[in-house]
Amino acid sequence: MKREDESTELWLAKLLKLGVLFSAAVIALGVLLFLSTGRSGYADGVFPTSPGEIWAGLLALRPYAVMLAGLFLLILTPILRVGSSILLFWRQGDRLYVAITALVFLILIISLFLGKAES
Amino acid sequence: MASVFFIFLIAIAAGFLGSLLGLGGGIIMTPALTLLFHVDIRYAIGASIISVIATSSGAAITYLKDHLTNVRIGMFLEIGTTLGAITGAFLSGLVDTRYLYLIFGMLMLYSAAMMLRKAGSDLPQDVVTHPAAERLRLNSSYYDKGLGREVPYRVAGVYGGLGMMYVAGTISGLLGIGSGAFKVMGMDLFMKLPMKVSSATSNFMIGVTAAASAGVYFFRGDINPGIAAPVALGVLMGAVVGTRVMQRMKSRVIRIIFVPVLVVVSVQMIVKGVLMG
Repeated sequence: MKREDESTELWLAKLLKLGVLFSAAVIALGVLLFLSTGRSGYADGVFPTSPGEIWAGLLALRPYAVMLAGLFLLILTPILRVGSSILLFWRQGDRLYVAITALVFLILIISLFLGKAES
Repeated sequence: MASVFFIFLIAIAAGFLGSLLGLGGGIIMTPALTLLFHVDIRYAIGASIISVIATSSGAAITYLKDHLTNVRIGMFLEIGTTLGAITGAFLSGLVDTRYLYLIFGMLMLYSAAMMLRKAGSDLPQDVVTHPAAERLRLNSSYYDKGLGREVPYRVAGVYGGLGMMYVAGTISGLLGIGSGAFKVMGMDLFMKLPMKVSSATSNFMIGVTAAASAGVYFFRGDINPGIAAPVALGVLMGAVVGTRVMQRMKSRVIRIIFVPVLVVVSVQMIVKGVLMG
């Protein structure tokens, strides 16, 4: 059991590290663009909020859009952590923890939608 | 422009302290942004949600590799936290948050006193495994770089810990603060985990809880990139350094730093409750 736990943790750590470094790189690119051009790519005090606007701004390399894309990726990293844990517990044949982690994942998704309904 | 740089510097400090103690760093970020930089409270809260996720993800890079994080405990307790967050969302229109700030502020102050009584101890002694911990296979061990040896540990008070996580989730859903502190206290006081394991596992969990609500903040336009981006980068850097320092620290020292921080958070909560009236 000990060795299985070890491989789970290493897998999780590697996946998460990649995700975090990638999102940090995108945010840093946005900040560098902002500092070097001195412009946000948008009017004062305005920034894009919808996925479409952010995507369009990202392709045009507008600094604020690049930063927001990176921040969005960062928000996804913990969700990635839970999702990948389900797969890894599954691979170990640990049904109890597949169930526990899947339950957490489900509650997470529900709370995401609950929040949407609220706002 | 200059403020981007200063926000970045403060964020490094927030990430460092947050990763050391298993908190989100919101206790530093929110007051710093609103008081020093006069940032709108809406954007300050958005940035502190980002700070929580950045602390968690930055810390997780180091802790998971070192087995300080107990993934099983984290996932199991996350059931309580996420259910609590939903409860909090339902209650938010129904209850007067003013009294909640006061009640939880007092509760936290009491817990700080409880933890202070244990301040002299380094590792928990003579812990009897809770039967549920046996079934859930929560007992484990970690390599302590401060002590230079493997530390096995047993897990007590599983239901008490789970209940505390439910409370932590509910208050973070309702009030948006203090959930990391309650998580560490739950693992420390009920489950009797070693301080480092409590802190690292709390770090693992807070990011998951925060991510659930972060999407809403993001699309509502509360995450202002000019503020949140330097916060994210600074906190990530601070967290990576903080985790490395924490591994080598004595558990006793971490506890000694934790208690006054807890007092600050409880006072923040109580003041907020009083001012609301």
